[in-house]
Amino acid sequence: MKDLNRINNPHGDDKVNDACSIFGMMDTSGRRFGGGDIIKAMTLMHDRGNGLGAGFAVYGLYPNFPQHYAFHIMYLSREAQQEVESFLQDQFCIDLAEEVPTQPTPAIVDPPLIRRYFALAHPHRLEGRREDDYVVSQVMRINTQMDGAFVFSSGKDMGVFKGVGYPEDVAQFYRLETDYQGYLWTGHSRFPTNTPGWWGGAHPFSILDWTVIHNGEISSYGINRRYLEMYGYHCTMHTDTEVIAYAVDLLIRQHELPLEVVADILAPPLWSEIDRQGPEKKEFYTTLRQVYGSLLLNGPFTIVVAHRGEMIGLTDRIRLRPLTAATRGDMLYLSSEESAIRLVSPKLDRAWIPMGGEPIVGRLKASLPTKAAKAAVKESISH
Amino acid sequence: MKTFLPNKFIIERNHGRCIHCQVCVNQCSYEAHYLDPFSGEVKSRDRNCTNCHRCVAFCPTEALAIRCSPLDYVPNRNWTGEVIEDIIKQSESGAMVLTGMGNDKDHPIYWDKLLLNASQVTNPSIDPLREPMELRTTLGRKPDRLAYDKATGRLITKLAPQLTINTPIIFAAMSYGAISLTAHESLARAASIAGTLYNTGEGGLHKSLYKYGANTIVQVASGRFGVHPEYLDAAAAIEIKIGQGAKPGIGGHLPGEKVSAEVSVTRMIPMGTDALSPAPHHDIYSIEDLAQLIYALKEATNYTKPVIVKISAVHNAAAIASGMVRAGADMICLDGLRGSTGAAPKIIRDNVGIPIELALAAVDTRLRQEGIRNQTSIIASGGIRNSGDVIKAIALGADAVAIGTAALVALGCTVCQMCHTGKCPWGIATTNLALTKRINPDIGTQRLVNLLRGWSLEIEDMLGGMGINALESLRGNRLHLRGVGLTDTELEILGVKMAGA
Repeated sequence: MKDLNRINNPHGDDKVNDACSIFGMMDTSGRRFGGGDIIKAMTLMHDRGNGLGAGFAVYGLYPNFPQHYAFHIMYLSREAQQEVESFLQDQFCIDLAEEVPTQPTPAIVDPPLIRRYFALAHPHRLEGRREDDYVVSQVMRINTQMDGAFVFSSGKDMGVFKGVGYPEDVAQFYRLETDYQGYLWTGHSRFPTNTPGWWGGAHPFSILDWTVIHNGEISSYGINRRYLEMYGYHCTMHTDTEVIAYAVDLLIRQHELPLEVVADILAPPLWSEIDRQGPEKKEFYTTLRQVYGSLLLNGPFTIVVAHRGEMIGLTDRIRLRPLTAATRGDMLYLSSEESAIRLVSPKLDRAWIPMGGEPIVGRLKASLPTKAAKAAVKESISH
Repeated sequence: MKTFLPNKFIIERNHGRCIHCQVCVNQCSYEAHYLDPFSGEVKSRDRNCTNCHRCVAFCPTEALAIRCSPLDYVPNRNWTGEVIEDIIKQSESGAMVLTGMGNDKDHPIYWDKLLLNASQVTNPSIDPLREPMELRTTLGRKPDRLAYDKATGRLITKLAPQLTINTPIIFAAMSYGAISLTAHESLARAASIAGTLYNTGEGGLHKSLYKYGANTIVQVASGRFGVHPEYLDAAAAIEIKIGQGAKPGIGGHLPGEKVSAEVSVTRMIPMGTDALSPAPHHDIYSIEDLAQLIYALKEATNYTKPVIVKISAVHNAAAIASGMVRAGADMICLDGLRGSTGAAPKIIRDNVGIPIELALAAVDTRLRQEGIRNQTSIIASGGIRNSGDVIKAIALGADAVAIGTAALVALGCTVCQMCHTGKCPWGIATTNLALTKRINPDIGTQRLVNLLRGWSLEIEDMLGGMGINALESLRGNRLHLRGVGLTDTELEILGVKMAGA
């Protein structure tokens, strides 16, 4: 594992060309299920990756720690661990610190030390900031300023598991099939073309409980990044996927826009389509493009973005990368290939290919099933 | 006084082809051709020739060619012919050397040292013949975020006035008086057909052109020529001109000979008097004064029009631009070292200001560092020659570019640099009615529309090649540029990497 974070890159051209497989599945009733199906589906699409990175995100993961930020951190050295742990002790109230359970897997070579921390923010440390903003800034601080440590998951009641390897190997390494349950799983396998495999560079990318998996190359990366930098985001992870995570965080958490509007910003209708709308919609879409044009994601992409209780699939405006959606009962599936969905659920109520730029949104039908989520919902209402 | 200036050009007449029809005699406003009454033959006066090609273009038998005079001075890197002849001119006139058009010196042209990207394998290029390709651009102040009403699904935020153009190219400010009414009409009509904007410059707006107001930027410059309420109301946007790339720091001078009856009415000055614009605005001696003028104009137009502030690109353009944005400029226009003029002291044109590429990159970077880039749009101008320059300017951070010389070339200009004489044989930089009627506005309009169309098609092709189908995804996206033959400092200021890196 190379520490690419510390390579000085003043011009910021650190995007990675990717081709990948992506899969997302969600039980909109909130029922939690294991990782068996998504591992099967990802394994079927083995050939879409090249073994240089795979990962999974799971929601509804830590019912025993619903209010805690669950930090998953990779360490390159014991020194880095000591430095970060003393920093965390200082900034947070840590209620549990442990190694993430792994099992030796022949295909997984030279893994970093991976630990997790269930932490609450010290109220007196916030200094007027919102808790989420505080956590973001601490995560950014570790990832940009501390050698040999990398926070790759920082949300509540969710977690990211990722590394260098094929998805089936990474899943085995993290014991995902047996150890964890969640109501929403996403998975990703990479085919990077221009960086050596780096554990932090695998998908999903995450900030707070937002995760993004991405198949594609963002040709607008340069301006997306420069725009986000104006709002205090620092792109450190050497991939264009990172900008999607930050864009979503900016638009939904900071600017308080709903997911559907965010989809209209990332993959807006063409001007020719906007011109055909009635005056009200025309003004709406025109304003979105005028104000957030720098966040339009150009180039071929399919993304699946998830956060607490929600999953969204989206392709670029002219659908240059594949996405198939399907439903069966309460289940919503999103996949690069329909075959992977059929493998885990041969009978489907509906399977379709969404239009370019058309968001497919899955939401929990009721409040979340766990105590954690119920409390979380209450909290979000009280905001 | 006998002039020591040698002839610049030699007119070559093919006597086998010349039919002595006198077309050249009639076309040349410098009287470089004449009918010899004794021989009945058409002959030439090389001394008068400016190499404008008017006679060559209209000679029915292709009998004419023009060469640069082979008369050389003794080779000397320091005392070049140009240097020597400027001294000769001044020793004979006792005046500043005047010239027209833009800086013709060998300053670096950074456009030519920047190269564009294209997609291969990992990212499909997009074919503009088969896929949508969007160049639509909106100019104006944007908020940092939108407020959205979740209950109604509507946006709460209302935007400041915006200008929408179909291609990121507008016509640069050129005043009626500096150029002819027929040229102005061609620009106005072309802008309205192509869905873009033209700019009145400091010459007021002729009554016959008010109907193109939706595509008109009206200028308020230091002389305030032709500025009145209807003028402001007629426009899509108002530009406060502080400076111009060809002559930073000085005012303007329209010679009295060019102030015809129509120019006089439009500029609201007596016929035949020199129109002298002061070097500074005498109500703007500092940034807070600029803010007052910006808001005075916004008040006068009831906040319905964006206000542009135009400066020439000078050493601390980035800091100045930041101040302009904070003073309320909805758009800023940066006019670089190679920007053109109808008339300027040659010494200023050739020595004052900085290249637009560096100024543009520095301004865009600075505004982003300060987090105020959303609050303004940047228009870059000064030496934009083709669609390659346009797209590189966009990638460096411009919202749009303005073209002046290129538009005039479309109307016939051959960049002979004699605009200041007011005798333009192409009917462009003149108010002599016998010459201005040489531009048929129907044809002039068509030529300009064609130019914009051609460049737009080329931009679409390059954009598609980069795997981008909306111009906003290239705007400020410097990763699609690479530099060749540049120093580390130049690369750093431009914010681009060296080719190969």
